[in-house]
Formats: sequence, C-alpha cells, structure tokens
Amino acid sequence: MKWKAFKTAFPYTIPIFAGFWFLGMTYGIYMNVSGFSFVYPMVMSLTVFGGSLEFLAVSMLLSKFAPLQTFIMVLMVQARHLFYGIAMLDRFQGMGLKKFYLIFGMCDESFSINCTADIPEDVDRGWFMFFVTLLNHFYWFSGATVGGILGSLVTFNTEGLDFVMTAMFVVIFLEQWLKEKKHYTAYIGLASSVVCLLLFGADSFLVPSMACIVAGLTFMRKPIEKAGGLV
Amino acid sequence: MTIEQQIITIGICVLGTMLTRFLPFLVFSSKKPTPEYVRYLGRALPAAIFGMLVVYCLRNMEVFSGNHGLPELIAICLVAALHLWKRQMLLSIAGGTICYMFLVQTIF
Repeated sequence: MKWKAFKTAFPYTIPIFAGFWFLGMTYGIYMNVSGFSFVYPMVMSLTVFGGSLEFLAVSMLLSKFAPLQTFIMVLMVQARHLFYGIAMLDRFQGMGLKKFYLIFGMCDESFSINCTADIPEDVDRGWFMFFVTLLNHFYWFSGATVGGILGSLVTFNTEGLDFVMTAMFVVIFLEQWLKEKKHYTAYIGLASSVVCLLLFGADSFLVPSMACIVAGLTFMRKPIEKAGGLV
Repeated sequence: MTIEQQIITIGICVLGTMLTRFLPFLVFSSKKPTPEYVRYLGRALPAAIFGMLVVYCLRNMEVFSGNHGLPELIAICLVAALHLWKRQMLLSIAGGTICYMFLVQTIF
C-alpha cells in the first residue's frame, strides 16, 4: 500500500526536486557566504521548511536581536498558510498521526500538489500526501545542506532555473481553471494580488492580498455558490 | 547576535510558521462542526490561492523597466500552450523552464 502510494506520489514531485535543489542550494550557499556554518541551513530547512522565510531569516540573523519584530515579520510572510489550512480541513480529516506531519510540512508546493492532484481510487490518499510532503521536505533539506557545505565552491550557469516553481504554479493554476465552470474565484485571486502588488510593493503585498481575497469571496458568495463546480 | 539570540530567532521562525500552519486545524477541530462559512472558504480558496501564488512568483518582475517581463511572459505562454495541448504536467513545466533559461541567458 505504501509502495504504491510512493510510486504515485513521486512523479508529482519531480519538478519540485529541480526547483528545491536549485533554490535550496542557493539558500545554503547564501548562508555559507554570509558566514554561517552548514548546520544553520540544515537545521532551518528541517524545522522551518519554508523557502521565502528562510531567505529572509539570513538578514534577520545578521542584524540586531529583535524578537518581537521577527515574530511579526514571520507571521506576515507565512500568513498564507492559514488559507492552506482552511482549504485542507476536510482533506486531512481521519489521517491519524500522519496529519501532524502533513500540517507541519505544508509548504506552498506540498499544499499545491496535495490540494489538486487526482489521486487514483486504489491509492491510499493519506500515504500519497505523506510521501509528497516527505519527498519535498527531503529535497529542500538535502539541497540546503549540500549548498551550505559546498558554499561558494559551486559555479554553474543555472540562471533562470528558479522559473521551474513559477511554471509549476502556472500549471496548477491552469488545472484548477479547467476544472471550474465559472472563474470568479480565480479572478478574485489574480485581481486582488495584482492590485495589492502595485499598491504595496513586492515585500508587503501578501497580507493585503489575502484580506482582499477573503472580502471578495465573502461578497461574491451567492454567485460563486450558484455557479457551483467548487472542488 | 550571540548564539543564544540566534537560537531564539530561529525558534521564533519555527514557532511563527507552525502557528500559521496549525492554527486552522486547532480552531476548527473535528469534534465540533466547522461553520458553513469557513467550509465555503475552504472550497472557494484554492483557485484564488493559486492565482496569488503565480503573482507571488512574479513579484520581482520588471514590468516598467529592464526587459519588461518579456521572458516571463513568453515562457508562461509556452507553459500554458504546452499544457492545453498535451496536458502533461512535467512536459509543460520542463518546456517552460528550458525556454525561460534560454531567454534570460542568451537573449535578454
């Protein structure tokens, strides 16, 4: 049962392997050249397991100790996970102990796959999601650690490889789009984010976007539910 | 920063992250029924989230200067075209990424 779930889960994680190894190595190298031992990226990739925050944490660790400011920053960068949790409330039900790890490891990429993948009937859903999360966690951890050890020894022309993550989210967005009859929710997500990005800038548009999305979904609840087709 | 302060800082990163990941599951436990409004949000959110994540990935794109985001635009069109044509996730992602790398390394 587990082996079958693993075999089904693995192909979904291949693009994430490419992306995480590249970004994880970059992160490890960045920490290394910033003067940190490889233990830092290793521990942080295992415990935080969230790329954008870990990059930010480098500058936090290099500046003055400011616990409260750090905490507020962390909540703002990571607030989108609240959405993931709300979307996965039903899907994670009855997963037993695995549920704890599924929530712990719910980064953008794990959430995206677990939320949208068409898991065949004869594959155990719990183990499928478990292996997706575990593989992603392993890719990120190994990439960050190797980058931290090798540091600036690595020279490569992989400029643009990070686009693999963008491409993956575009594909997942498209898949979701094709599943829906009406696209109110997708429009609300796109429009809120673009407008907030223009208004608030790249570093602080996520929280206002989330507020706009919730407001939009609440305001449009009747037509959205009437259109149906919500998965 | 002393080593203790570094450990506390990293601890705050872990704590804050886990708070955002676990909070919905703590607030809406399986013992009492989840409010209808939250269940609606759970169903309506994914498409909106993926729209937000695409924009998030492109947040540092230079639309008004530099290459005007042309490599991103071209590569995303290719991803979409490949995906609508073959519906093969890995093919669409690989095709778009190779195209993007080629564009930023040689043309732009």
